[in-house]
Amino acid sequence: MEVMNETVKMSTKDTFLSNFNLLDFSFDEDFSKDIRSAAKNTIEGLEFPTSKVEYWKYTRINKIIKRDYSISAPENKVEIDLSVPSKNCIVLINGFYSEELSFFESEVGVTFSSLSEAKKNSSVLKEKFNSLVKKDEIFAQINSAYHQDGAFMHVEKNVQAEEPYYILNFVDDSNILSNPRNFVFLEQGANVKVVLKTINTANAGSFTNMVSELFIEKNAHFEINKIQNEADDSFQIATEQVVQADDSTFKINTFTLNGAIVRNNLNIDSLGKNTMTYLNGLYPLKGKQHVDNHTYLLHREPNGESHELYKGILGDSSTGVFNGKVFVHREAQKTNAFQSNANIVMTDSATINSKPELEIYADDVKCSHGSTTGQLDEEALFYLRARGLSKDSARAVLVNAFASDVIEQIGVESVKEEIEQYIDDNYQGIK
Amino acid sequence: MIKIKNLHASIEGTEILRGINLEVKAGEIHAIMGPNGSGKSTLASVLAGRDEYEVTEGSVDFLGNDLLDMEPEDRSRAGLFLAFQYPVEIPGVSNINFLKTAINEAREKRGEEPMAAKDFLKRVKDKSKLVELDGRLANRSVNEGFSGGEKKRNEIFQMAMLDPKLSVLDETDSGLDIDALRVVANGVNQLKTKDNASIVITHYQRLLDYIVPDFVHVLYQGRIVKTGPKELALELEEKGYDWIIKDLEEVSA
Ligand SMILES: Nc1ncnc2c1ncn2[C@@H]1O[C@H](COP(=O)(O)OP(=O)(O)OP(=O)(O)O)[C@@H](O)[C@H]1O
Ligand SMILES: [Mg+2]
Repeated sequence: MEVMNETVKMSTKDTFLSNFNLLDFSFDEDFSKDIRSAAKNTIEGLEFPTSKVEYWKYTRINKIIKRDYSISAPENKVEIDLSVPSKNCIVLINGFYSEELSFFESEVGVTFSSLSEAKKNSSVLKEKFNSLVKKDEIFAQINSAYHQDGAFMHVEKNVQAEEPYYILNFVDDSNILSNPRNFVFLEQGANVKVVLKTINTANAGSFTNMVSELFIEKNAHFEINKIQNEADDSFQIATEQVVQADDSTFKINTFTLNGAIVRNNLNIDSLGKNTMTYLNGLYPLKGKQHVDNHTYLLHREPNGESHELYKGILGDSSTGVFNGKVFVHREAQKTNAFQSNANIVMTDSATINSKPELEIYADDVKCSHGSTTGQLDEEALFYLRARGLSKDSARAVLVNAFASDVIEQIGVESVKEEIEQYIDDNYQGIK
Repeated sequence: MIKIKNLHASIEGTEILRGINLEVKAGEIHAIMGPNGSGKSTLASVLAGRDEYEVTEGSVDFLGNDLLDMEPEDRSRAGLFLAFQYPVEIPGVSNINFLKTAINEAREKRGEEPMAAKDFLKRVKDKSKLVELDGRLANRSVNEGFSGGEKKRNEIFQMAMLDPKLSVLDETDSGLDIDALRVVANGVNQLKTKDNASIVITHYQRLLDYIVPDFVHVLYQGRIVKTGPKELALELEEKGYDWIIKDLEEVSA
């Protein structure tokens, strides 16, 4: 007897999407189910980007999408460090909300919960959820279709939150695919700081595809500290979609500490007058890490001010990409926009692709942009060594100095300490 | 303390030091003078361990160690200090913090506990007073935005903090006004003991009124061509270097 062996060759996209086959979203709210189906339809018409696509030119995603993943909550009890200096902390493990590990102390005017909880109760979420996600971005659409859970925050009018709120996103097994989804809404005059951390405690092969939507209403002030600490062999694509109203302040500090490939898509529509925007990033890279920061900032109305400062320290054979675009609309007179990307390349095999871009259509503006790439200052290194610092310490001191203006931007003391400690530990630090 | 024997060094293939012999004993102060480009800073850099220079011949013994075999930081920890002719500005690195690291790393190497914060601060206070360095400067980034004179004072401040056995001062007097000169010289004199020593590189006899040397050496084209007592400096001030160079040419002719 002859066995007919017919194999249907599936496309990379279909193979990747088949990872989600076992997920059951029947429990989900109707409005969210609708969003999921719409996203699935959208995905049908999209393809994974190749390096021919300008937006993805320097980041090849083949390694990310051609891998077998599993989507599952950890089977064993996880041993994780939850010592955060806050009374409010949402914990996700492998993309699933952990009721057991999350903790809260309710603060008047602040709703902080899992996204799935909020889907049941929040009218703001129902009204605005998914409204900022771009239709042509396949990873964001995948998140819309298949997100498991995430953090929800709603801060009411004029509420000044006392402590930073934490969102901890643990990956605790190998080859985990997770799609965390966050939603933040600050009403007029509200003020809060958030720490959003991805921590990979397993060793290998995971992919975190995170999407966050952030709405900053009139005169509200928001700071988010995003710490990406994936495993050596793991991947992350993080997308933030932000809208800012009149007189509001938005600050994001992105620290990419580990991960084989990390891509950040940060998109800010500053739609109001007199807004303040700070985009800061630090990427101290080692090994074969590849980190790509894409930022887009639109000044739509007059009197806006933005400061963008990204700094990279590229060791070993790491590669960095910075692509920052600031767009000043014709109406946005009196805009002040400053953009800077500076890199220290520590070895001959590390590389950086830096492209700061300003596109200005208003005539009465103050804008500047610049990009620098260099080595550690040999003269300074010798000076410090001649005063008795070991080569490693001298290097750490100089790296710390280089990173200091980004670190100074951190408004949460414990995060500041953590990043300083990281630099010290990794560049043979000061005792 | 230090014995330099037949030291030859070159940079990018050009020989700059062409057989230096010099011995400095504990308790002594040696002045090195010599025309521009004669190799004074090169000598200082080679002693401190700058690796652009290639030592092609000779040896340097520092307190029983083969100095040329040591990393710059180990030379410093062994008690060698170089006050740079052109101190570098290092934005973002606090003067005080890096000195604390330097001191504590040296202590750790010797198996000692780190210096208590209180003791360290007291030392900062005492030593900045000694060189009349404004307390605010001590706390700023290393030399960033310092005036020329302030940079030189900061070098002596760091020397005082590190308490070296042998200090090499490379034109620490140039760019100083009379008051600053006195202050810096005072600092050096107060730090002088019978157990340490200094090599003072200078163009001006004026400094040597304050820091009185035991020997004056003339460096010319990479060699020490004359050595004498402190009066030699006066003679050089008066007559310049020509007469020495002429003498040399006669000898070699
Ligand atoms: N990188 C280099 N390549 C070639 N020649 C160099 C280099 N660096 C220094 N030199 C030369 O070495 C010689 C000695 O320089 P050095 O700085 O030691 O002189 P100096 O005695 O300290 O002079 P000054 O009194 O002006 O400070 C000079 O002729 C200088 O041009
Ligand atoms: Mg010199």
